[in-house]
Amino acid sequence: MIIDADVVTLSRLQFALTAMYHFLFVPLTLGLVWILAIMESVYVMTGREVWKRMVQFWGVLFGINFAMGVATGVTMEFQFGMNWAYYSQYVGDIFGAPLAIEGMMAFFLEATLIGVFFMGWERISRIRHLLVTWFLALATSLSALWILIANAWMQNPVGAAFNPQTMRMEVTSFSAVLFNPVAQDKFVHTVSAGYVLGSMFVLSISAWYLLRGRNVDFAKRSMTVAASFGLAAALSVVVLGDASGYTVAKDQQMKMAAIEAIWHTEPAPAPFTLFGLPNMRQRRTDDALKIPWLMGLLGTHSLDQTMPGISELVDDAKSRIGKGLLAYDAMLTLRQDQGNAQAQAVLAANDKDLGYALLLKRSVDDPRQATPAQIQQAADSTIPNVPVLFWSFRIMMVCGFYFIALFALSFWKASRRQLDSQRWYLRLALWSLPLPWVAIELGWIVAEYGRQPWAIAGVLPTALGVSSVSAGQVLTSLGGFVLFYTALAIVDVVLMLKFTRKGPDGLGIWPNHAFPLSPARNGESGEQHV
Amino acid sequence: MFDYATLRVIWWALLGTLLIGFAIMDGFDFGVAGLLKVLGRDNEERLVLIEGIEPTWEGNQTWFILGGGATFAAWPMLYAVSFSGMYLAIFLVLLAFILRPVGFNFRGKIHDPRWASLWDWVLTASGVVVMLISGIAFGNLFLGLPFRFDDDLRMSWQGGLLDLLHPFALLAGLVSLSMLLAHGACWAALKADHLIAARAVRMARWLTLLYAALYVLAGIWLAYGIPGFAIAGAVASEGVSNPLYKQVAQGGSWFASYMQYPWFWSAPLLALAAAVGVQALVGRRSVAGFIASSLMVGGTIASAGFALFPFLLPSSLDPRSSLTVWDASSSRGTLLLMLGVTVVLLPIILLYTGWVYRVMRGRVTLEQLRKAHGGY
Repeated sequence: MIIDADVVTLSRLQFALTAMYHFLFVPLTLGLVWILAIMESVYVMTGREVWKRMVQFWGVLFGINFAMGVATGVTMEFQFGMNWAYYSQYVGDIFGAPLAIEGMMAFFLEATLIGVFFMGWERISRIRHLLVTWFLALATSLSALWILIANAWMQNPVGAAFNPQTMRMEVTSFSAVLFNPVAQDKFVHTVSAGYVLGSMFVLSISAWYLLRGRNVDFAKRSMTVAASFGLAAALSVVVLGDASGYTVAKDQQMKMAAIEAIWHTEPAPAPFTLFGLPNMRQRRTDDALKIPWLMGLLGTHSLDQTMPGISELVDDAKSRIGKGLLAYDAMLTLRQDQGNAQAQAVLAANDKDLGYALLLKRSVDDPRQATPAQIQQAADSTIPNVPVLFWSFRIMMVCGFYFIALFALSFWKASRRQLDSQRWYLRLALWSLPLPWVAIELGWIVAEYGRQPWAIAGVLPTALGVSSVSAGQVLTSLGGFVLFYTALAIVDVVLMLKFTRKGPDGLGIWPNHAFPLSPARNGESGEQHV
Repeated sequence: MFDYATLRVIWWALLGTLLIGFAIMDGFDFGVAGLLKVLGRDNEERLVLIEGIEPTWEGNQTWFILGGGATFAAWPMLYAVSFSGMYLAIFLVLLAFILRPVGFNFRGKIHDPRWASLWDWVLTASGVVVMLISGIAFGNLFLGLPFRFDDDLRMSWQGGLLDLLHPFALLAGLVSLSMLLAHGACWAALKADHLIAARAVRMARWLTLLYAALYVLAGIWLAYGIPGFAIAGAVASEGVSNPLYKQVAQGGSWFASYMQYPWFWSAPLLALAAAVGVQALVGRRSVAGFIASSLMVGGTIASAGFALFPFLLPSSLDPRSSLTVWDASSSRGTLLLMLGVTVVLLPIILLYTGWVYRVMRGRVTLEQLRKAHGGY
């Protein structure tokens, strides 16, 4: 059966929308929770009340964001089954496990402790509350680890093989899935990006207080924590981004070639295209500004290895389609005659390329009937959108270097106790707030849009993964998501602004001479003294 | 030691355990949310009810997330077919789950009675939607769902949202609704200020009575009005996970497995005995009353799962495509790995959940609330 192209487009649109939306909140949770843990550790070690109040104030903003992250995360867990049913059963044997483990090992802990974090201040000892916060922080990062192990398998599907009897991929080695090199680099890169965002959030809002001369002590202390944590995180994002680039170059060659607009294999060490206008049709980059040697150094960490170009990879895809067709034919033979030894041997020799034959299913019901033109078209379709990847990657990279500079400056100012000496610096810190979000969303685009046309690289084309639902159904849910998510975004921003404007002083969290502090529930509702 | 058939039975039991865990733990949150406007007469009383579930609802909701994740990992076809087939119904449930976290967090953040009332309605509606739709979905399992697989195991589905509303399925929806509302009332009787608790006790008694009547009615209907499914011929419990390798006969009784394994009867008997227990205990010993309602929930779900065994998702369109315990699981390796992970992690989860409940124990009283919120 030919897949309904509208269903594919709408399902992809819905997935991109809900994933990118979810990814506005999750990285902030990832970063902010560690800042809370650091602040509370200082409180427990020094016994100074102001540090506890810092945890409680930033905790109010954390809580609003956390709720949004949880709410939008539910969608992610169920969307695979709803919109990507064939994907789910084709790879659920491997892909489902890290998701389930994430729930059991990380999210459960996170969700159970969050209530005690907010409402347990007066019910448990300081040390125990600190432990709760630390476990909360650990659980959020652990959660990212398992999600990224699942995601890395989509980029680099190791440790699995096709089973013709069950018509799906099945696990051959869990340790390969677990220790997927892509997963390790992605994990450190992604959580570091979250730490940068959390730091920027605290830095920017504190800068705003200093610009207004409000909550000065409170803001300076917060900025110092954010500057130190942010500097470490920003360095780690870039350094490990490089490691990540290196594994991409090795395991996801087409994505790498597209990011760097390497149209043809060049003699080693390849030059790095700093800027230029990638031209998909002509397969060349117009007005390119190139730095000799740099690409080869970054991509291969060597001077003598070449990096394959897009045209060569398309030729490679074409020959893999040929082998995939052999595997496809053998699979159909085995369906009629399970014991056919010859077909078993052919399938075993070519099953790594079966996915390439499935690329043809977009244009023809039986891939074996495909014309040479359709095969060429399928091979060409393995090129992702080069200009989008090229520019997304470059903007993300510029942001990354900017973060290092800004946090280094902040760190230097904090250590000389001159955070509020220059207004231009405070304004810069304030207006940098959106940049980590920009970088993070672009990173998602590079990783996931750059994976196209595959849902599972080389194994399952995205178009084949969809459910057998109607375009009308997907349109209904897409419309519902747009409506509800927009409403929630408005409420989220309104509440964030409201509590930021009120600030620790307006909320009676700090300083506390204006309002007597009540013992319970300072962190959660934070509004009781108004 | 763990052959494929044993692992499949274990994972069938674990699927049931997670479902029961979800229904007991998150069920009372939904029940309280559904009764918010009934038990709480003004904003302050509703706040008492909400604060009674606020510290723990998030962890409770994770049972649902975990149920989804575990189904994905251990029963990928069940996950894929049910969620994509009942697309719009699942979408409604999803919206309810999206609105709850923000509802609990945002409700108290702006002090305007209209704002609070809006979120009260959102929480009530999300509770009712989830309780009703889960019951309706369960009821549809006995009727069979309209799907079939082609040779590539691509599923196709014939029907829409309204086709799920068969009278028997609606009855199952009401069983679920009355059961979980009763369960929520038992929690309110345990947790809320005495004034509200007294109201909750009366509510719990009425609702369990209603539940018991509907449950028995559904059982009789199932026995006499709804044909069962059975695997025809030899059962390949060690076979590959491909539903098309078997034949299915329709027209038997859904009580066949009860005849084959008489100990299955313990589940419905437990459910009814626990309903009597709720009547007797809820007013006098609220903890015992809540335990009784938990057993009632567990017994009810187990009784439905037992009746379906070995079916997970029967197909009315093409009975051969039905998903069963023997042909819809993950590979043996995945089941084994996930069992190991579950055996280690589930007790830890229960341990810290228990700790959190202990820390947050005690009634939420109106007096406390007035003190903490400065008297508005």
